[in-house]
Amino acid sequence: MQVGLQHYLVISALLFATGLLGVIMRRNLLVMYMSLELMLNAANLALVSFSRYNNNLDGQVLVFFIITVAAAEVAVGLALIVALFRKRQSAHVEDLTSMKL
Amino acid sequence: MGLPDILFYVFAALTLLCGLLVVANPFSRSPVTSAMFLVLTIISLAGLFVLLNAFFLAAVQIIVYAGAVMVLFVFVIMLLDLKEEERRHIKAFGFVTGVVSVGIILSVFLKSIGSTAKLALPAAANATTAGESDTHALGMLLFTKYTLPFEVISVLLLVAMIGVITLSKKDLK
Repeated sequence: MQVGLQHYLVISALLFATGLLGVIMRRNLLVMYMSLELMLNAANLALVSFSRYNNNLDGQVLVFFIITVAAAEVAVGLALIVALFRKRQSAHVEDLTSMKL
Repeated sequence: MGLPDILFYVFAALTLLCGLLVVANPFSRSPVTSAMFLVLTIISLAGLFVLLNAFFLAAVQIIVYAGAVMVLFVFVIMLLDLKEEERRHIKAFGFVTGVVSVGIILSVFLKSIGSTAKLALPAAANATTAGESDTHALGMLLFTKYTLPFEVISVLLLVAMIGVITLSKKDLK
């Protein structure tokens, strides 16, 4: 069977679901962050395949911007995690309950 | 079934398998193994990008993600002492809510994908497989139609850099 747009979209949806599962299921901040990266990458894959099958390069430009923003986001997020770890000695979401009522 | 199709299935299987191992690895719960499997996922995604004729993005994916972002992750894992993580277990409640919500959202996705039009590869796109790639056209687009977003994103990177330096000061107020 010829590989078409649907195949790429299914892979993208499954990868997004994997990332979402990680964000909900895992309680470690670093692993949750990696799962977020998985979700961003799934969106990138969908955009690139749409751009290829519609013969329109705008999608690839958007992916370029998403990769840049993701790099900035990872840098800031990891700095936050390190600052948090210095204060609380934990990178576990269940230990971070100071905003709980 | 041609070679590109076989390569698609190989890369797709690798992507999904390694993605799943990032999230739930039955053999090791250390974040370091998650990070290593994330590298594998990103590299096989770059392979899928190559199959989609996005050569420049495949290179950027490997340089930025597998290079810069993963180095950041591994450095932070090294800075934090995460020995205790391996003793904690996944809670049954989290597992059940995760599986249920992911199942719901996945069924919505797959239903909408099933109803999308079956697009064939455009003829013009097939002609550009060899020699001249999309990279030239992508650069033209980036510096004509998308000049303003391009400049804004450079400011964003500067802001992120200043933010990170401020956040990692020793005496954070």
